Amino acid sequence: MSKFTEDDLKKELETKEYEYGFYTDIEADKFPIGLNEEVVIAISKKKNEPDWMTEWRLKAFKVWKEMKEPEWANVHYKKPSFQDISYYSAPVQKPKLDSLDQVDPELLKTFEKLGISIDEQKRLSNVAVDIVVDSVSVATTFKKTLNEKGIIFMPISEAIQEHPELVKKYLGSIVPQSDNFYAALNSAVFSDGSFCYIPKGVTCPMELSTYFRINEGGTGQFERTLVIADKGSYVSYLEGCTAPQRDENQLHAAVVELIALDDAEIKYSTVQNWFPGGKDGKGGVYNFVTKRGLCEKNAKISWTQVETGSAVTWKYPSCVLKGDNSVGEFYSIAVTNNYQQADTGTKMIHLGNNTKSTIISKGVSAGKSQNSYRGLVQVGPRTKNARNFSQCDSLLMGDQCGAHTFPYIEAKNKTAQIEHEATTSKIGEDQLFYCNQRGIDTEKAIALIVNGFSKDVLNKLPMEFAVEAQKLLEISLEGSVG
Amino acid sequence: MLSIKNLHANINDKEILKGINLEIKAGEVHAIMGPNGSGKSTLSAVIAGKEEYEVTQGSVILNNEDLEDSAPEERAHKGIFLSFQYPVEIPGVTVTNFIKTAINETRKAKGQEELPAKDMLKLIREKADLLEIDRKFLSRSLNEGFSGGEKKRNEIFQMAMLEPKLAILDETDSGLDIDALKVVANGVNKLKSKDNAVLVITHYQRLLDYIVPDFVHVLHNGKIVKSGGKELALELEAKGYDWLK
Repeated sequence: MSKFTEDDLKKELETKEYEYGFYTDIEADKFPIGLNEEVVIAISKKKNEPDWMTEWRLKAFKVWKEMKEPEWANVHYKKPSFQDISYYSAPVQKPKLDSLDQVDPELLKTFEKLGISIDEQKRLSNVAVDIVVDSVSVATTFKKTLNEKGIIFMPISEAIQEHPELVKKYLGSIVPQSDNFYAALNSAVFSDGSFCYIPKGVTCPMELSTYFRINEGGTGQFERTLVIADKGSYVSYLEGCTAPQRDENQLHAAVVELIALDDAEIKYSTVQNWFPGGKDGKGGVYNFVTKRGLCEKNAKISWTQVETGSAVTWKYPSCVLKGDNSVGEFYSIAVTNNYQQADTGTKMIHLGNNTKSTIISKGVSAGKSQNSYRGLVQVGPRTKNARNFSQCDSLLMGDQCGAHTFPYIEAKNKTAQIEHEATTSKIGEDQLFYCNQRGIDTEKAIALIVNGFSKDVLNKLPMEFAVEAQKLLEISLEGSVG
Repeated sequence: MLSIKNLHANINDKEILKGINLEIKAGEVHAIMGPNGSGKSTLSAVIAGKEEYEVTQGSVILNNEDLEDSAPEERAHKGIFLSFQYPVEIPGVTVTNFIKTAINETRKAKGQEELPAKDMLKLIREKADLLEIDRKFLSRSLNEGFSGGEKKRNEIFQMAMLEPKLAILDETDSGLDIDALKVVANGVNKLKSKDNAVLVITHYQRLLDYIVPDFVHVLHNGKIVKSGGKELALELEAKGYDWLK
């Protein structure tokens, strides 16, 4: 009789290796390590940026120098030494690519391993992909279809050149340079990222998608994403990440800003699978991200995230509900295994009247991991009839992991209605035996239970992403059992 | 079909089963009765292969195959079905999705293709109708918020879907009112054939009014102390268990 007990579960959890831990050997153009004003200027120069951009970066750098790393999150890690990081790395490529034939074959192989070959993307999924590998976009597809609608979807480095008026107006308008330590750092040294503008009244005909991947050992990566949905427009944006396995810690500090003008809607979905570190807790990506969106009148921003990766995650996609009747949503699944630590949640800032927000957070903890939900619902003193519903559920596997919930509620107006629900449950041996008895092996049973637990969030993802996310959940917990 | 020979089993080093012998042939219905703590549920769990129990002696043989090295899911694939006394809840997983997974995993284990969605749906509807199960029931989360009767009916529905060779009904009557009991018993009777067998484990005789056994065995202190025909059940009902000790 093959036996499966909680002890086996624990043991197996520890032996889970990172599925996507391969390393692509691409020649990289890399800066010497360290950070000072010269490096910031050099990054800007390297990208041929106009003076205003260089100054913007320098201002951020000045602010950053005076700031301290935040310590309030429920995570413990060795702080990165910011002078030991190289702040720019780009795969050595021909400068402009018109077709896939021109892409480094090694790179294409990497994408194939990830199951995201651009070819397949093009053919099957009707998704325009702007791929960021080590800081510089190497291929952009579907540009033409988007052009016809007047939609701008390009690397932010190009947008700085081609649409300076939009970038100048909105960059840092939601997440200012001085917002927090990592946002300031990102503002100073961001390498690249995506820029997206949907014109008035236009519904973007396809899901816009970016795949990120950290590739060069010891390279911190600092993406900057800016999405602007003009009045009455709609866009669904997908962001997905995997990273190759390595021993030293990699710092990832992205900033994402969303602007939804009157009556616009932005749906922003993330599947995040940075290298989580080994079973001994060694290595892994530090993911310190600032994501925030602004809703004007009747606008809606919906964040959906599936977080399975990173050694340490610190991330709170938030909505500033400035306009009356605007809506903010946050749907999240965070899976932690081995020694992973996640402190994630959202902030819903209700400023406009009749604003509504919904928070559904699902945490799955296994191994010796720690999984925290941290959320703030804030209602201003002059905000009438704000409504919020929050639900935070935790699922535990084994008895060495932790789940924590830190809900903060600040309601300064009597008309606010705020509801909060929280549950904690555990995958029990009885549940597993029940599934086994029906012919379902333990690995499949866990996948089934976790998928059931996460259903409310998975349902919010665009179809093609949901399948991938479901697979990722299974992979993340795969081998976690006998 | 099922042959249990001198079966001894422990839990936490305590011996619960102390030498069970039992032969069940295809087409037969056997009932195991006995007082609380006699080892009834342990026997069903050991046949299904639950890990916490350690078999120290003897064997469980299904169709000439010793099950000693088979995991619970492998036993299920070989045709053993256990209707649980306390079916577990799995939030967010619908009855349909659960049984679909169970069927396809079983088919996969046998080297068969997954059942096409259309055929699966047809099969589910057929069996639901047979057991007079409301379609709405199928899209609810497995056992979540189910009444006692609904849980047991769901067990029998899964049994109908999986078509086991040997179905073990562990205290299926517990927590059921008489109407629910009739519905469940009726379902079991509809599924009975000359090719399968049923092992009913119960504390009370009343279920056996509806699922009529060919043989009744009395379990006491980890051993079968008496076997007989269906009339033995009535005798136990009248006299209690004490006279057998």
